[in-house]
Amino acid sequence: MADLISLKEIKRHYDVGGEVVRALDGVDLIINPNEYISIMGPSGSGKSTLMNMIGCLDTPTEGIYEFEGELVHKMDDNQLASIRNRKIGFVFQTFNLLPKATALRNVEVPLIYANMTKNDRIEKAKIALISVGLEERMHHKPNELSGGQRQRVAIARALVNDPSIILADEPTGNLDSKSGVEIMKILDKLHSGGNTIILVTHEEYIADHADRTIHLFDGKIKVDKKVTKKRQVST
Amino acid sequence: MAKQSHLKNTIKESFRMAIESIRQNKLRSILTLLGISIGVFSVIGVMTAIRTLESSVNSQLDIFGTNTFMVQKAPAIQIHGPGNNKIRKRKNILYTHYEELKQRAKLPRQVSVVDGTGERNIQYKDKRLKKTAELSGVDEWGLRSFKTYLADGRNFMEDDIRFYRSVTILGPDLADILFPFEDPIGKVIQIKGLDYTVIGITERKGQAFGQSQDYFVMIPISVYIQRFSNRWTSLGINVEAESTELYEKTMDEVIGLMRVIRKVPPKEENDFEIISNEELMDTFAGFTGGIKLFAGAVSVIALLVAGIGIMNIMLVSVTDRIKEIGVRKAIGATKRDILTQFLMEAIFLSQFGGIVGVILGIAGGNLIALLLKVPAVIPMDWAFYGMAVCSFIGIGFGIYPAYRAANLDPIESLRFE
Repeated sequence: MADLISLKEIKRHYDVGGEVVRALDGVDLIINPNEYISIMGPSGSGKSTLMNMIGCLDTPTEGIYEFEGELVHKMDDNQLASIRNRKIGFVFQTFNLLPKATALRNVEVPLIYANMTKNDRIEKAKIALISVGLEERMHHKPNELSGGQRQRVAIARALVNDPSIILADEPTGNLDSKSGVEIMKILDKLHSGGNTIILVTHEEYIADHADRTIHLFDGKIKVDKKVTKKRQVST
Repeated sequence: MAKQSHLKNTIKESFRMAIESIRQNKLRSILTLLGISIGVFSVIGVMTAIRTLESSVNSQLDIFGTNTFMVQKAPAIQIHGPGNNKIRKRKNILYTHYEELKQRAKLPRQVSVVDGTGERNIQYKDKRLKKTAELSGVDEWGLRSFKTYLADGRNFMEDDIRFYRSVTILGPDLADILFPFEDPIGKVIQIKGLDYTVIGITERKGQAFGQSQDYFVMIPISVYIQRFSNRWTSLGINVEAESTELYEKTMDEVIGLMRVIRKVPPKEENDFEIISNEELMDTFAGFTGGIKLFAGAVSVIALLVAGIGIMNIMLVSVTDRIKEIGVRKAIGATKRDILTQFLMEAIFLSQFGGIVGVILGIAGGNLIALLLKVPAVIPMDWAFYGMAVCSFIGIGFGIYPAYRAANLDPIESLRFE
């Protein structure tokens, strides 16, 4: 099976006041379809930068990034926007929903940028919301939803474009443990449904949901291991 | 899955998002709208008022009869300036000038002579005037020249002029004051202590420029010159052409003859003025032109201020929504998508403000018209310009904030709290 994502010798250096910060300093990583990967590491280890890199929000200073055979490191802003729109679904720690828009509208937004007609958009957005169990709350605004429900809207938004990969950055970080469990349940379900998921976390028990854990340290991958006793959310 | 044209979709969605965002920031949006509205209001309001004034003044300046113009020493409306002294030094127009012109001119249908002054000392028995009335000396053509018609009695006759008869025609307002309960015809009134027999009453004309046009008294020009003229008196000569086609030719003949009669050297300009309805309207248009220019300048400043207001609001809006912009970019918005969204918002704000301004402006202008009791006018062309200017402001002042929004770094924006 072809690689979904291939990072070769990826470096990302920032110039901060004349001093070069090596946020990523030579990362090699191959991600296959339907993998469930967690990225861990202390603050400043480069996990956010790696996440942004994989999510095509950032481009490497050096190195080769291939996403489904497309050369991401050579893309311009518009091409990056397009690949984010079509192939990547983001789930953020702070949900990042549009506060004054309904759940349905929030899920619709990626499809707007994909140039879909209104009827198609609403249809797809509804399917996505149903898949995260929010059919009853579609017309509620984020402030009328609980934290867990908000994150489920965010997951629906990430899913709605049928992306190749879902990037979840501390998806349970702002949630109570019960809601956190619900969210992990949904992510697990998405993985068993064939989705590729990358999870950034610093909680061991969250990372244990994944099949594979990557530890970053000083911009380099220190550990890349299969998870042996995978934690399952009791259903 | 059906795809639609990118541009159409972007604009449609940007428009929808613009409305959403405006609704979500009601107070801020209303204040911005207000700025634009006031700017447009000032343009439209002033233009409506001027238009209205023009149309009413033009109808009121239509004082001469058909194909009639007047020759007199000074212009009808004088603007003080260097030329003023020159006008004062001109020779007066004398009765002999009129007689000679009347004798020699072949084209006019009729040539008549007129002058006027203010006179308060007019009474009938114990009824006196409280306000100075317009006293005119005219001949048998006087009424016709000024489009005045008799309601009762008779006009002056040639003999009234020739034999210096002390007869008078009264305007209806004056007749009302002096003869509240009597038929004025045949009664004798005193003007400056001398007796005049009332021979006619004119039809009511109503007001012009807020003043009655019916508060006057007319006497034969011969009597007028004898009793009311002095060495400063300069007469007016009314000339009526045979037809509209002959109007210009008649005017040329009269100008030529007047130059001969008044011995103006060939290379010098006329030492008299030709006054016509058209000329009066042109002079007035000169005035309103100045006002328009001034109002235009003020409005441009107002709109500029409003534009800066829009820009300010849009910059605040961009800062407020950095996170939102980051999210939108993360889920696939291109620079152009963000640019269009913010630009649409600015345009929508300014357009909506513009519409409100146009409505208020037209309403305000017409309110002035209502207060001045003149027919209202809607300046469609200015409404159009106003809206065009608004789009321009929306784009002009919206482009920088939109550009800033579009070029935000998605990672920085997402991290922004």
